[in-house]
Amino acid sequence: MESTDRVQKLLELTRRELVSRGLAISGWSTFAAVLGTGGLETVRFFYPRVVYQPPSTFRIGPADGFAPNGDDSDAFGVLLVDDRWKSQSRFVVVRERNRIYALSARCAHLGCTVNWFNDLRIFKCPCHGSEYHSNGVNFAGPAPRPLDRLRITVNLDGQLVVDTSVTYGPDRFDIDGAFVSV
Amino acid sequence: MMSQNQRLRQAITTSQLYRSIFRHDYVDSLRNRALEVTSNIFLHLHPVTIPRHALSVRFTFCLGGLTFFLFLVETITGLLLMFYYRPVPDYAYIDMKTLEYAAQFGVVLRNLHRWGAHLMVVTVMLHMLRVFLTGSYRPPREFNWVVGVSLLVMTLLLSFTGYLLPWDQLAFWAVTVGTNMAAATPFIGAEGPFHEVLGAQPLNDVRFLLLGDMKVGSNALLRFYVLHCVGLPLFAIVAMMVHFWRVRKDGGISRPL
Repeated sequence: MESTDRVQKLLELTRRELVSRGLAISGWSTFAAVLGTGGLETVRFFYPRVVYQPPSTFRIGPADGFAPNGDDSDAFGVLLVDDRWKSQSRFVVVRERNRIYALSARCAHLGCTVNWFNDLRIFKCPCHGSEYHSNGVNFAGPAPRPLDRLRITVNLDGQLVVDTSVTYGPDRFDIDGAFVSV
Repeated sequence: MMSQNQRLRQAITTSQLYRSIFRHDYVDSLRNRALEVTSNIFLHLHPVTIPRHALSVRFTFCLGGLTFFLFLVETITGLLLMFYYRPVPDYAYIDMKTLEYAAQFGVVLRNLHRWGAHLMVVTVMLHMLRVFLTGSYRPPREFNWVVGVSLLVMTLLLSFTGYLLPWDQLAFWAVTVGTNMAAATPFIGAEGPFHEVLGAQPLNDVRFLLLGDMKVGSNALLRFYVLHCVGLPLFAIVAMMVHFWRVRKDGGISRPL
């Protein structure tokens, strides 16, 4: 019933009323559309399409370059922690008896770079004091989870390649790519 | 007989140029004094008459006024610092050091700007405390409390964005930590609760919006610089205009009950 009333009302409009109403509706819709798209595009403008970053893969030499001096592993099965790449590329390489993996040096709390203390066999974060064992597992401070592990593979030349753009959380530490067997 | 001075004075004060700028004679009448104030944009920021209770400094301690004064100090010193500072990773740190060691008066300017910023956070907090303790947030001043809170947020954001600009270790890691906290925002942060509802990822969340990148770099430095020097001050000025206007409209300066 109501809709037929509305149709009836439209039919009763004069031509002048109809045109002015049509103009008003189309005008205001155009205004709203321009403002809306302009607003959306302005928000989108702040998300750059391209960001320029250095390459994320690093060749770190053959696996036998990470042979430990002795056969002594610490309480977490770690023979060697190599932090040569920490300051430039933000990762460290860890050698266990049967595997090599790359730990991200980015603190799991709020993203500062953790430091390796070889005499204490721990990683410490300078910002809020999070501490991690040699295998990257957190044991003190505000860190909510272990250090991420990074994709590590062997290329055709037998070189280890670390890709810092692929990270593995604790539930994926044992999947292919998170470590290299030796 | 008019003296030479009086004639000169009359020639000036009756000239079209003078009359176009100053609309009133300086006749010392109550009405004319009020007109002098209301017809001058700078003078009209103060009320025409000052109620006796407004002279009681120990009620307000002029904390809002002090905050505004510090904002002016920050604007002037900041404007001067901008003449030497380039917001680019290659230059930002060396420009800051140039200001400290090689620009005449630069170390004073930089320290005025830095300590003024710290002090402004303190005075704005104390102002808020005073308004709370004297109950000056109560009707009809509720909305001005809200405007004041947005000014507090502006002050803190100005401090945070300015913190990155020296581009030293402290600045870099403080902003790394601060923007990582932003990633924990509900819904719009990639590591925050409910982030899956809107599909927030590291490449599209609020942290990426702040930094314009995945980590603190040249985009972040430029963004923080533009926000610090233009965006946030503009917003703060508009909010201050509303804030001061509302003080007058909501019954004038707060009085002892």
